[in-house]
Amino acid sequence: MYLIEMQDVWKTYPNGTVALQGIDVHIKDGEFVYVVGPSGAGKSTFIKLMYREEKSTKGQIVINGSHINRLKERHIPYMRRKIGVVFQDFKLLPKLTVYENVAFAMEVIEASKKQIKPRVMEVLELVRLKHKARSLPEQLSGGEQQRVAIARAIVNNPDLIIADEPTGNLDPETSMDIMQTLLDINKRGTTIIMATHNKEIVNSVRKRVIAIEAGRIVRDEQRGEYGYED
Amino acid sequence: MKTSTFARHLREGVKNLGRNGWMTFASISAVTITLLILGVFLLLAMNIQHLVQTVEKQVEIRVSLDVTADQATAKKVESELKKLPDAAEVKYVPKAEGLQNLKKSFGEKGALFNGLEKENPLPDSFIVKAKTPQQTGALAQKIQNIDGVKKVNYAEQTTKKLFAVTDVVRFVIVAFIIALAFTAMFLIANTIKLTIVARRREIEIMKLVGATNGFIRWPFFVEGALMGIIGAIFPIVILTVGYGYLIDFVERQLALYFLDLLPMSPLAFQISLILLGIGAFIGIWGSLMSVRRFLRI
Repeated sequence: MYLIEMQDVWKTYPNGTVALQGIDVHIKDGEFVYVVGPSGAGKSTFIKLMYREEKSTKGQIVINGSHINRLKERHIPYMRRKIGVVFQDFKLLPKLTVYENVAFAMEVIEASKKQIKPRVMEVLELVRLKHKARSLPEQLSGGEQQRVAIARAIVNNPDLIIADEPTGNLDPETSMDIMQTLLDINKRGTTIIMATHNKEIVNSVRKRVIAIEAGRIVRDEQRGEYGYED
Repeated sequence: MKTSTFARHLREGVKNLGRNGWMTFASISAVTITLLILGVFLLLAMNIQHLVQTVEKQVEIRVSLDVTADQATAKKVESELKKLPDAAEVKYVPKAEGLQNLKKSFGEKGALFNGLEKENPLPDSFIVKAKTPQQTGALAQKIQNIDGVKKVNYAEQTTKKLFAVTDVVRFVIVAFIIALAFTAMFLIANTIKLTIVARRREIEIMKLVGATNGFIRWPFFVEGALMGIIGAIFPIVILTVGYGYLIDFVERQLALYFLDLLPMSPLAFQISLILLGIGAFIGIWGSLMSVRRFLRI
């Protein structure tokens, strides 16, 4: 059973830029997939299509059995609740504590206070930040902030985690730590798609690699390597 | 919506006022200043309207019967007059009373009319008031057609001029209030917009974790309403206290009995309600308009 199916997907931006052309890809439940390629090749667009931040101009995208291009505007929030997203710049709310930042994602889906507290503590423990629950993001290191973002992404038990350059702002050691956290989550059965420029990680932790260049998939290998010199 | 969710929205709305301290202060100040100006103008407008109405109410139609008309004719005309849908008030003035009034209006020289009681030259008459003063002309026309009515009088030219003036006054007042209300709304919406641009990130994150648009809007709705209401309190206090002093000053110090100001008791309440309503409305409108732009992520 596939979690993600894309067939002949095209994306043209309103200004005429063709970002993706004829993308065909199938990703199974529980996989760990790297998305690599030069800057501006279409990696970000490819990823954004999956949680409907962008909408494809042509082709079909099925995630977990639903055609997400056919979703009505008001149904998009419910689709996003099954997807956790992690960014290069963490996107934490600076005025909320670590606990509040994670609990926020559960408040949004109208979970009760009784459900929220134990679950938030559970995921904070998973990312090893239980002791920092009351800190503000600015009091944490970059790696810790990214782990808070990951905790927020998994708190609602998503089927899929999408990570867009999650190690882009971090030093190599911290990057490996984040990678380890993601692998732990993957081991529990959550599918992970990670766009990255991190050659060391891709080459040392061998997983499926999808390479995108000029809007096309040029390579799709199990246990692939990074393949670029940057 | 769950009650716990609703409580959360209320809590968030209140918290946001504090979190965005200076911006909240700026928005509330904008509401306060515009409502203060609007309030002064409203008080002025309501008093002018009151004055205009008082003058207009004095417009009446005098209906005279034939001098020789008997009681039966008078009764018949009276019932006809009362049937007219536009007539608000019909007052019968029998000839004897008419003579009394005439005497009175001549004061000391009224004695000149002594002895006329037996051969009263005045006809029985009616004084009719229209439901709205503007209908007076049309009503007079209808009355003219009633059987037994000899003469219909009303100050035609004066009345027309009066209505021309009062209509202009009303138009100017309404135009001013609308213009002022719009200015206030845009001023406040702009201030609130600035506060929300700063919170773009928060909205973006809420959308990413799957918040519905309604969920995102609620705290902003609460926040806007609170800002509007808080912003209205100061002008309400200033205006009611100030108006109280004004009434006191006009009545006691100047003793201008002809300047009939609206009494404090319903007016202060009305103005407070209007300002609270407008404040809440523009606060809510301003914040919802501003948040709308960022919901399309």
